[in-house]
Amino acid sequence: MDQAAIVVWDPCKLQRFAACRLTWLDFQSPAVQYHRHPVSSMRKCSRCSKPATLHITELKDGDVHALHLCEACAQDYLSNVEAGQASDDPEELFKEHIENSIEDLHDVDQSSCPNCGITFKEFRSQGRLGCPQCYLAFENELLPLLENIHGETQHTGKLPQRAPEASRRQFELIKLRNRLRSAVDAESYEEAAKLRDEIQTLESALGEEGED
Amino acid sequence: MDLKSLTQTSGEWLRGTGPESDIVVSSRIRLARNLAQFPFLSRADDRVRTETEELLQGPISSLPIKGKVTYFDVNALEALDRQFLVERQLISRELAESHGSRGVGVGPEENISLMINEEDHLRLQVLRSGLALDDCWEEINRIDDALEEQVAFAFSEQLGYLTACPTNVGTGIRVSAMLHLPALALTKEIQKVFQAMQKMRLAVRGLYGEGSQAMGDFYQFSNQVTLGPSEQQLIDKLKEVIDGIIKYERRVRDELVVKNRQRLHDQVARAHGILSSAQTITSEETMHLLSSVRMGINLGLVDGLEIPTVNELFIQTQPAHLQKLRNEKLESSERNVARAAYIRKRLGDSSHEHN
Repeated sequence: MDQAAIVVWDPCKLQRFAACRLTWLDFQSPAVQYHRHPVSSMRKCSRCSKPATLHITELKDGDVHALHLCEACAQDYLSNVEAGQASDDPEELFKEHIENSIEDLHDVDQSSCPNCGITFKEFRSQGRLGCPQCYLAFENELLPLLENIHGETQHTGKLPQRAPEASRRQFELIKLRNRLRSAVDAESYEEAAKLRDEIQTLESALGEEGED
Repeated sequence: MDLKSLTQTSGEWLRGTGPESDIVVSSRIRLARNLAQFPFLSRADDRVRTETEELLQGPISSLPIKGKVTYFDVNALEALDRQFLVERQLISRELAESHGSRGVGVGPEENISLMINEEDHLRLQVLRSGLALDDCWEEINRIDDALEEQVAFAFSEQLGYLTACPTNVGTGIRVSAMLHLPALALTKEIQKVFQAMQKMRLAVRGLYGEGSQAMGDFYQFSNQVTLGPSEQQLIDKLKEVIDGIIKYERRVRDELVVKNRQRLHDQVARAHGILSSAQTITSEETMHLLSSVRMGINLGLVDGLEIPTVNELFIQTQPAHLQKLRNEKLESSERNVARAAYIRKRLGDSSHEHN
């Protein structure tokens, strides 16, 4: 049976994303694994000169065959896949999946950042956002991507010097909770107990401020 | 400091001192920052680019550091001069090759480089000779604090410092160390290192960063994750990994010396011999041979030659450096002749010093 597995791709920079897999468009069917990334590589479609946005690796009788297609050619390719099979045929399912995915992606692609006007599609093709507000405008799409790249979606590092005192304390709380989690993971219960006390003190301090 | 005077010197980070400097050539930390009130560079027109450059130039020239920051207007530089700065690791290829208002502030002894309008509005970088990541962080953090007193960087409480590419968001930090690993490369053990790095989400690159080949057995190790862990956690993790690689390289070197001392000595002596007498030599062959000689010095197989000289030769024999030294444009074949002559002179000089 034919199998398609994913793949490859070079968003901003190949190495940075080497381990990156996006879940929001991922799907699986019994015979098929197909992943899609939100930023296009610089690779061109193997059939025309448009940028390829779908990367399919077919495993056929032990041979590996990689296809890099733009959306139009991908649809064309998939509609030419042998027809007339039962609807529960994995290949049919695969085709349907890809079609749905292309449709979803089309909607997302058209959305744009109200501040700088960049569309999600532009971001996908160049790998760079347009302005700080893009992180909010594309939050739903970016969070899963960030999770895949970094494994986390909460910053715990440096805070700007000029940050207001209130957000400084909130941030301290986030950091402490983060450290508590690591301490529990590492089974350092003594440290965990200490951290829990610190968190409680800070939480009640913040709570009292809120009541004023 | 001007470009001409730079040709006569070399970066402090090449002096070949500092902890573990037989293996760790240099340590580097960079931070990516963007001005909160402007679009990122992909959406910045000429007016915005000029504004961000002007706005940042002031603060970077009055930093709390010893010595003065010299600013180079990269947009006004000729291609050769831009290449020269790339070879010295003061600017990235991306900054050299892009267009419009952009520049770099260089600190005394070339330990600090502040690129304006690269992928982000500001890319701060601090370099040190040897393994000195904590020193790098201490200094770059201080510079970043000082800049934040004068400008507002784009920041979100959830996502940290906001960067043009989502791969840098959070801390915006890249912690890296350049290692010379000839023994691991020679025995192909380096492949195991690569595999281990991939699992730990650490990147391995060549001498000139992304996309460059590992010339002269130099490898740059750096973090890929920037969001989640704190700066200190990322630094500590890289330090731990680097320590392991250093031990690995030393062990393999020792084994090579024990098992194959004569062959190794022969290889090093031949490399030294070719470098000392060749009449024409490519950049690639130079890097390859210098790598052998560098390892030979560290193993006590070469007399009368010092690590800083070899470190400098890696940089000074590159195309733009040769042309700046000769003060003329040279074709590839002419460069090969000039390179061979320059190496003969440097190796000759240094052996006289020791005789």
